[in-house]
Formats: sequence, C-alpha cells, structure tokens
Amino acid sequence: MSVDQKTVRRIAHLARIAVTDEEVPHLQGELNAILSFVEQLNEVNVDGIEPMTSVTPMTMKKRQDGVTDGGYPDKIVMNAPATEDNFFLVPKVVE
Amino acid sequence: MTELTHLTIAEARDGLKAKSFSATELAKAHVDAIEKARALNAYVLETPEKALAMAKASDEKIARGEARALEGIPLGVKDLFCTEGVVSTAGSKILGNFTPPYESTVTRNLWDDGAVMLGKLNMDEFAMGSSNETSAFGPVVSPWRREGSNVSAGVSGAVEGTHLVPGGSSGGSAAAVAARLCLGATATDTGGSIRQPAAFTGTVGIKPTYGRVSRWGTVAFASSLDQAGPITRTVRDSAIMLRSMSGADPKDTTCADLPVPDFEAAVSRGVKGLKIGIPKEYRIDGMSAEIEKLWHQGTEWLRAAGAEIVEVSLPHTRYALPAYYIVAPAEASSNLARYDGVRYGLRENGKDILDLYERTRAAGFGREVKRRIMIGTYVLSAGYYDAYYVRAQKIRTLIKRDFEEVYAQGVHAILTPATPSAAFGIGEKGSDDPVEMYLNDIFTVTVNMAGLPGIAVPAGLDAQGLPLGLQLIGRAFDEETLFAAGQVIEDAAGRVSLPQPWWA
Repeated sequence: MSVDQKTVRRIAHLARIAVTDEEVPHLQGELNAILSFVEQLNEVNVDGIEPMTSVTPMTMKKRQDGVTDGGYPDKIVMNAPATEDNFFLVPKVVE
Repeated sequence: MTELTHLTIAEARDGLKAKSFSATELAKAHVDAIEKARALNAYVLETPEKALAMAKASDEKIARGEARALEGIPLGVKDLFCTEGVVSTAGSKILGNFTPPYESTVTRNLWDDGAVMLGKLNMDEFAMGSSNETSAFGPVVSPWRREGSNVSAGVSGAVEGTHLVPGGSSGGSAAAVAARLCLGATATDTGGSIRQPAAFTGTVGIKPTYGRVSRWGTVAFASSLDQAGPITRTVRDSAIMLRSMSGADPKDTTCADLPVPDFEAAVSRGVKGLKIGIPKEYRIDGMSAEIEKLWHQGTEWLRAAGAEIVEVSLPHTRYALPAYYIVAPAEASSNLARYDGVRYGLRENGKDILDLYERTRAAGFGREVKRRIMIGTYVLSAGYYDAYYVRAQKIRTLIKRDFEEVYAQGVHAILTPATPSAAFGIGEKGSDDPVEMYLNDIFTVTVNMAGLPGIAVPAGLDAQGLPLGLQLIGRAFDEETLFAAGQVIEDAAGRVSLPQPWWA
C-alpha cells in the first residue's frame, strides 16, 4: 500500500502536525518507503495467532482505590506556557 | 596513581572505600574532563555544582562508614530521564525548558545508592534514531576515529574533519562513557538504543528484561518496548549499575514485583555447562566477513570456556524490524499526543486551539519524530488498524514464540553480532531513505519485541580500527547468565583500549 498527497495531509491533520506544501512530497516519499518496507509482513501466515498484548506474562498489580498523590496544583502548572489561578490557558474554544 | 577518570566503577568504589581519593576529587576530575570535551557535544547540560554537592555528601557518608552501593560514583544521565529541578528535554525542542518537579524512579534509585550526577546526556530526539543525529541539540561526535582519520579539535574548539557517530539513541551516554566523561551512564533501549551505541563505542550496554526496571519518570517512546539500562566500560560495572537501577516500583504497573539478584556475583560464574545458541537466521545476506569472523571468534571463546554451542533457529527474525516499525510508531503516536503546547513545553500560538496544536507540534518536533508519529497515526487509523497494527502484534507473538521454543530446548543464552557494521560517519546514512538507518537495529530489535534481556560486549576492532560488539540474548529475567557469559567474552577479547583525548 502507498499513500497519496491527500492522504499525507489527512494523516498530518489527524496527528495534529501542520505541514507546508513543500513538506508534503518529501513526507509522502518517506512514508511510502517505510510502508513498502513493512509490506513483507504480508508473507507471514498469522492465521489463528493471538496478537500480543503483554510481552511478559504478569498479573496486573492492583492497589487500594484511594488518593495517594496530589494536592500541589502549583507544581502541575509550573511548566505551562500560560496559566491563570492554577488553570491552563488556551485560546477560546466555546463561542 | 591511575587518572581518576580512567577507573572502572568497581575500582572507584574500592578506591573510595580505601580512602585513596575522595568522592569530591573523583567528581572534580570528571567535571574538568567534561569541560574540555564540549566539542564532542555529549552533554546537553552540565551540572557541576550538583555533582560537587552530591560528592561532598558522599564523602561525609564514607567518613561515617555509611557508604552505599554506588557511593560517590559520578554518572551521566540520558536526557530522557526526568530529574527534579534539572531541565529534561528528551533531545527535543518541544519540551522547551521543561523542569520536572519530580525524579524518575531510575535516577532516584541511583541517588539513593549514593551516585553523583554529572549532567544530562545528548540523545536522538525522543530516542528515535540510531546515530544521535536527530537530536535538537546537534549530533554527538564519537571519541573514536577511523585509522588515519583527519578528525581533530580545531582552533575554535570545534571538531574538524569527518567524524563518526556514536550510535543512538543513547549516543551521548555511549560517547561520554567511552571518552571517560563519566564512570557509567544511564541509557534506554526501545529497538537497540543501548546495545548499538555500546557496540559502536567499545563499551558495554545491557537492556534488561522488560519489567526489570521501572519506566516511571522516563519520557515514553514506545511503552511496550522501552526499557532502561546502563552503559559502562566493563561487564562488571554494568552489573553493579543495573542492580541499583532495578527493582519493583508501585508507580509502574509493568515493573515486575521480583527481587533483584546480586548481578555482580554472577559476573564470575563462567559458562561451563551452559548451552549457547547460534541462530542461523542472523547470518544475513551481505554480512561483512569481519562481522562473520567476530561472531565465530565469540563462539570459540565461549566453547573454550566450557559452553556447549548449538545451532538454533528463530524463523521469524527477518520480520522483527518491519513489525517494529509498525508497533513502535503506533505507540509513539499515542504517547507523543501529550505534547500539545498547553501543559508544558513549547507553544506556538494559533487562531484557535487546533491551530495552536498543529503549529506547536510542527515547530517542536524534528523530521524523524514527525515521520514516526505520522506512520503511527496511519497504521492505527480506521481501515488500516487490522492490516497493519493487529498483524504486527500477531507477528510479535510469533517472534516471542521462536525464542520460547529455543529456550525450551535447554538453551541458556543466544550469541549474535550486535550490529551489522562498525560506526559510520555523520551524515552518511538515511538522508534519502529512512529505512537505511533503521537497518542498524536488525540484530537488536528482536529482543525488544520479545521483551528479553540483551547485552552488547566489545569483542574486537574492524579493519579501520573501530570497535565491534557481540550480543548475548537471555531468558526473561535471567540477566545473570548474560553477565556471566559477557565476562567470558570480555576476558577473552581483552579490555578495549579507548581513544586518547584528541578533543581536549
């Protein structure tokens, strides 16, 4: 399978990455090189094979359902580009 | 007395205990060496004040007879590990001046054992690369030079000539250890990022079993494959460092609740009576005669030390790399969705929130990272999920099964080359076709796909005088056998004679 330029733009949008007109053909070439490399996986017979979900078999650890951390909003927002009263600031999303 | 920066971790530990020198002297020697080696670009952030303060505290502990396992040992930290109050970048512009208000479990474990932090080490952006050329802070220059190479430290202090890559993504870690800018370094490995740079720089690197080391506080790339480990100058040093880095962690549910063995005790075990597998599928087309010879030599060394050598088959080996280039980007596209210009890091303002996201991510991510996020987004998108992602995960099951079948035949460890070649020059690979660069990980990536431990040990030099490594792959949670067999190779090959500091 290979991608056309329209698909490259669609993927970029889904990935929330702005792309310029000049970047699109390069990205198309690179993505198609990778997709053609992975094409060989179609040779493998995977009938009846379970997809891997956990590489080392282990039971998931459980802990008591209680609050064990938190209470420091200033630390949470300290690296944010824009904040006000311990809230993250973003452009207006609701008109 | 040997120069302090030339010591191994084990020697430094003994010297500190015997009070032959102080932790402060040891830290100072490294701080000075780092300052003179800026042309290598191995450190992205030096923390000399922190190093000296931690060393002073270590000297006090030693004076009181309270020395811990790594007391006073100066280490470098790959910039993928979050360090409290110290900028952590993951080699990316998108994290900006991100200063974590917390410490990763791995570094916390090291400091709790008395280690001293020298600074943060350069790396491929988000650990995506095999040459350290994707770093937002520029490539790392390998301390190694080809025989007759024109590389030198220029008048301006910059390196001139054709320089080599140290490998990646833990390129800063490997270069710093090989250039004696720390006694050991933390590193991480998603597809070969510890073992390939270790092989390129004549150092030892181990990727432990998935779950041996906590991933908490380590910037995520592909969560089902990422695992941290050390890069050091000897097998014994890797055993010492890994013991401190490992252990159960309530903050990481994928971190195993298993006791951590005394890895150092395993180093002198030998390989007598062990069955070592040689997988025929690793003899790839176009493999150089040098690599072939090195591999054969390694086999003979292990045989001479009493191991039984058997040929084994891992039939799905060739599908590991393509399957990895579906699984890893898929996980990366999901993990890296968090860089949105809102909660931390870089922000490029836009006309609305969507525009802000798209501009921020366009400006903050480098080319390789964008490429992988986009591949990941594509293989997870509606209509392609089953054809790509689910198929790749099924193939991953088959890769793991290959190993299980070999181990079920009584094989204790598997010997392979670590890389298909020695280090290459900066700018030599992957500029047109990304896959050319990806092929570096052909021998290492299977191990991540199966969650197994793997160690790279220097085993010789190529015709250009550059180091080559061998890889040993173990059973899950049996790093001890890798240290035992790794030591046999180190003893037989002889310790690598590391490059003289032409950069200083």
